[in-house]
Order: sequence, then C-alpha cells, then structure tokens
Amino acid sequence: MPSLEPLTILIAEDSAADRMLLSHIVRRQGHEVLTAANGAEAVESFRQQRPHLVLMDAMMPVMDGFEAARQIKLLAGETLVPIIFLTSLSESEALARCLEAGGDDFLAKPYNPVILAAKIKAMDRLRRLQATVLQQRDLIARHHEYLLNEQRVARAVFDKVAHSGCLSAPNIRYLQSPYALFNGDLLLAAFTPAGDMHVLLGDFTGHGLPAAVGAMPLAEVFYGMTAKGYGLPEILREMNAKLKRILPVDMFCCATLLCLSFQRRSVEVWNGAMPDGYLHTIATGERKPLTARHLPLGVLSPQTFDDRTEVFPMAVGDRVFLLSDGVMDTCDSDEQLFGVERLHQVFAANRQPDSLFEEIERALRDFGGEARDDVSMVEVSLLEAAQLSPPAPVYSDSGQSCPLDWSASFEFRAATLKRFNPLPYLLQLLLEVHGLRAQSSALYSVLAELYSNALEHGVLGLNSSLKRDASGFARYYLQRNERLAALQDGYVRVHLQVMPEGKGGCLIVRVEDSGSGFDVARVLERPLDGVRLSGRGISLIRQLGHNASWSDEGRSARVEFFWEALA
Amino acid sequence: MTDTHLDCDVLSALQEIMGDGYPDLLDTFLTDSEERLSLLHQADDAERLGAAAHSFKGSSSNMGAVRLAALCHELEQHAKQKNLAQIEKLVQNIDSEFAIVRPLYEAERQRALCG
Repeated sequence: MPSLEPLTILIAEDSAADRMLLSHIVRRQGHEVLTAANGAEAVESFRQQRPHLVLMDAMMPVMDGFEAARQIKLLAGETLVPIIFLTSLSESEALARCLEAGGDDFLAKPYNPVILAAKIKAMDRLRRLQATVLQQRDLIARHHEYLLNEQRVARAVFDKVAHSGCLSAPNIRYLQSPYALFNGDLLLAAFTPAGDMHVLLGDFTGHGLPAAVGAMPLAEVFYGMTAKGYGLPEILREMNAKLKRILPVDMFCCATLLCLSFQRRSVEVWNGAMPDGYLHTIATGERKPLTARHLPLGVLSPQTFDDRTEVFPMAVGDRVFLLSDGVMDTCDSDEQLFGVERLHQVFAANRQPDSLFEEIERALRDFGGEARDDVSMVEVSLLEAAQLSPPAPVYSDSGQSCPLDWSASFEFRAATLKRFNPLPYLLQLLLEVHGLRAQSSALYSVLAELYSNALEHGVLGLNSSLKRDASGFARYYLQRNERLAALQDGYVRVHLQVMPEGKGGCLIVRVEDSGSGFDVARVLERPLDGVRLSGRGISLIRQLGHNASWSDEGRSARVEFFWEALA
Repeated sequence: MTDTHLDCDVLSALQEIMGDGYPDLLDTFLTDSEERLSLLHQADDAERLGAAAHSFKGSSSNMGAVRLAALCHELEQHAKQKNLAQIEKLVQNIDSEFAIVRPLYEAERQRALCG
C-alpha cells in the first residue's frame, strides 16, 4: 500500500458545531477541507473544486444530502467520488435511501476519529482502483485503435503489392477473408513472360502483424522473379532463403506454388506443408491429391532446401484446387474438426464444378463451425492459351540506348545446368532491344522450349515419347530430376545475333547441345498439333518463331524473329 | 450530576482533537443549539419537528450531551408516530435539559480558556 496522499475532502453538514468538529478531525489526518452548510452549497463546491471525497449529512436545509449526492455523482461521471453519509439514521429504510442516492458508506454520530480515518483510507483505495481501471481501459482502447489503424495501413500497402498480380484473371476463382493477411494467409498469382501462370497459396505461422510482415518480402520475390521469367525452383529457393534469413526461427510459411502452363498443358507443383491440393480431371472426374512433399518455406538452410517439383498433365477445363488449413480445422461446438473426410464427401457430392466453393462453405456452415477468417480457397482452371491475355509488360526506359547490332554466345556446362536457369538473364538482355518487346511472350516461350529441348532431350537424353500418357508424364519429370542431379558433363550453347534491317531488325537464336540429336525429318513430318502431350515443343517453336530449322542431326536449332519500324 | 448530563470522556476527547479551538467549538455548539431549540418550537408539522429533533440529536451526541441526545431521539420517534401529547412534554423536557447543560458548557469553556 502506498502511503495515503493528502486528499481534498468536502464536508457538507448544516450543524456548525459538527462541521467544525469534523473539519478539525479531517485536517488533523492531513487532508484539505472544503465545507458546505447545505446540499446546494455542496453541489456548487463540488462543481468548482472537484474534491476527491465527500462527507455528507443526510438532513440539511435548502437541499438535502440525498439530492446533493445524486447531483455530485452525476457531475463526477466515470470518476469515482466516494460519498460517506454522516448520520445518526438507524432505520434500515433511511440507510437504503443513502445507498440509492449513491452513498458509498456511512459514519454514525457521535464521530469516532479512528473509524473515520479507516473509512477515508478504504474509500481512497477504492477511488484509486477505479481511476486505475479507467486509465487502463482508456489505454487499451487507445492501443486497440492504434492496432486497427496499423492493420488498415498494412493492408492498404499490402493490397498494392498483392494486386500487382493477376488474381482477377478469368481462370482464377478464390475465396479469402479481407483480413486473411492478418491470419497469415497469402494468395498471389502472376503471369510469367511466356504466358504461364504462377500461383502461390501460403500460410504463415502466427497471427496479426507478425504474420503479415513476412508476406511482403514473399510477395516481392514472387512477383519480381515471376516477371523476369524465373521458374518455380529458383523462385522457391529465393523465397526460402529470404524467409530463413529475415524471420525468427519459430516463424515460417507453409506454401503451395503452382506453375500452370497453358501452352504445354501441364501444371508444376511444389507443396511445402500445406494441406493436399487437388488436380481435378474433368474427363474422368478424378481428383488427384497434390500432397505436401516438403517442409515449409523459411525452415531449411539454402544448402538443404529441396526445390524439386512435380509436373502433371492437364486438359483444357481441368482445375487445380488449393485450400488453407482453416477449412479442415473449422471446429463445431464440440471441438470436432471438419477434417479431410468431410471435404472428400463434399467433393463426391459435387456435380457442378463451378459451385464447389459454395458447397464447401455450406458444408462448413452445416457442420456448425464457427465462422473463421482464415479459410482461403483458390481454384485455377486450364484454359486455351488464347483465352487469356497476360498484361503487356511496362518498360520505363526511353529507348534511346537500344542496342541494334551485336551478337553474343554462351556455353552453359554441366555444373551450371544443374542449378542455374539462364533464361531470365537472356530474356532481360534481349528485351533491351525495343523492337522485341512486343513479342516478349513468344520470344520467351521459344527460348524456354529450345533450352528445355536442348537440356532434357539433348544433354539428359530423355525420351519425349514418355510423355504420351499421364503416368509417363510423371515418370519423365522424375527421370529429369534424377539425371540432372547426376549430370557430370555436357553443355548447352546459346548464340544470339541482333542485326538492324531497314527501319526494323532481326534476331537469330541458335541453341546447340552436346546430346545425340534426333531424327529431324521424322519429327518435322508430323502435322502442327496442339493437343498431344509429347512433342509440343517443336510445334510451338515452329508456330511462334520464323524459319525454325534444325541441323547437325538435331543438335542445333535455329529460329528467327523480326520486327518492323517502331511507331 | 454532571455524569447523567454530560459524558466527560467525550469532552476530554473533544478537547484533545480541537486543541485551541475547543472553547470556540463549545461556543458554536451553544449558539447552534439555541437555533435548533427555536426550530423545535416553530415546527408546525411532525415532519419538520422530526428533522429538527434528528439534527439536534446528532450534534448533542457529538458534544457528549447524552441526556439531551436521548430526549431528542425520543422526540424524533414520537414525531414519527404523531404523538402530540408526548411531543409537547418532550419539547419542554428538552428546554429544561438545555437549561441545565448550558451553564455546564459555559463553565467548561471558562475552564478551558483559563486552563
């Protein structure tokens, strides 16, 4: 107990002798005294001087103590001003009137200084307690307001970052609470330069601002690297390394990352500790689980991080469905979890693929689950490439320093091929040529095909006929990863030549590999075909580039791009 | 005689509390009491009479005028029951009791001033 600080005490008492006596007692106990001879004086004195405590006679002329007490309590508002009634009242009815009027205690006449001191002390304790409660309430309210404001600002900033993506593309449907960010849920989507689509559904550990903070760097890496043409493995490695570096050890991000290729009709998946996603093949009705095979992002060191992805074929109309654990973790009133089984029942009952979200939401409601704000779902469909219109990239330079007459050659050898993707660098270099920017998507797609043909069929010697059916498709990518990991020698060479032609120009791309080549004549005999799983690369190159040709028994490919004078 | 009218312990406690203000307190009480007595006589309804008796009881008890306080208490009770015969008799008794204690307080005041 802190020692009693002097209080200002108002004494309202009509008897002059009693007032004099009481004033003396109270002053001797170290307090300041104000006096009033009736209720009206007491109220006025309170209004002007705000004493801490009031000793109030009940029976007084002009205005009695009951009315004065009521008015003083009203003036005091939330502040506790204890009122001790001075009374020789003995009937319980009269005592009850004192309490009703707001009295906090009684002091009987004749006055006993010891009891009065004890009562003042007790009332002062109560008064301080109330003041502390009010102070803390206001503090909490202020903190709360502050926190909400922080969240508003953080959300506004984050929306700017997140909306630079393509969540509004016609093949994406998603469901997210507006405050998902503060539950650590994160949904990002963006087109690659080749017109593929990257989608990330992430779930940070923790809640509130800490969970939201990690989302910013993750989104930046995702958008920055996707726009530059990096593939999933490079993006994953960078995201993991960045989160590992900046987040505390108990924070990490479960995430599923997709690359949907509309031209190759495939989806590449990396799932780090998220719930199973599902690849829904419309033709068969099968829902293939996309199971977590990795630890979350931000857990492993860059050296031990595993960026291996899985690739699955898709047909036009097939869908990939991802969801956060908020769905399965929804509880009913008995703390039962919604769980995967119930989700599968919703899948089984689903007839209209477009109403899946609504059916899941209804199932969660029917289950009696409390509405959670960390339920995130996203569904991405494979469309014909022509049905999507990736936004044209925006360039900030003026074009005055555009290089128009140059050539460059690169040789990427085994140790580099294993872990380095040169395409983003090559594309950045080529896009310095303004005339090529309008066809950056075609350019990137062709470069990517030439490079992966040279690497996979040439250097790694993989047989593309494996990809004829879905199970072979998976086997193909398994073999690719194994052979790449074991690669000892071999090379891919890329030659770029840019020449001015009239007011426009021409780019010649040549890609050579150290493999055993292929039967060019037989492959080129096939009609240009967009539907088969295998051999899509050659068709694509011939459709998007000019004068595509192969020499050196298929080990050397050559494609040209032209542009006219710029407006 | 003093013991039945005044509580000496109360008086010495009062002197201890008030110190130099003690004679003033006694003086104030006597002036105050005269006002209260005239209020008792003027009271024309039972409620006012009761209130006046109640207040007089309070200050008398504080000042150690034990018999005066007891008579005021009795009057307060009878005022509530509107017992007119008793009321008149009690007001007279209070008058005479005050006539007894008044010189006692004056003497006490003198004693304190000279003390």
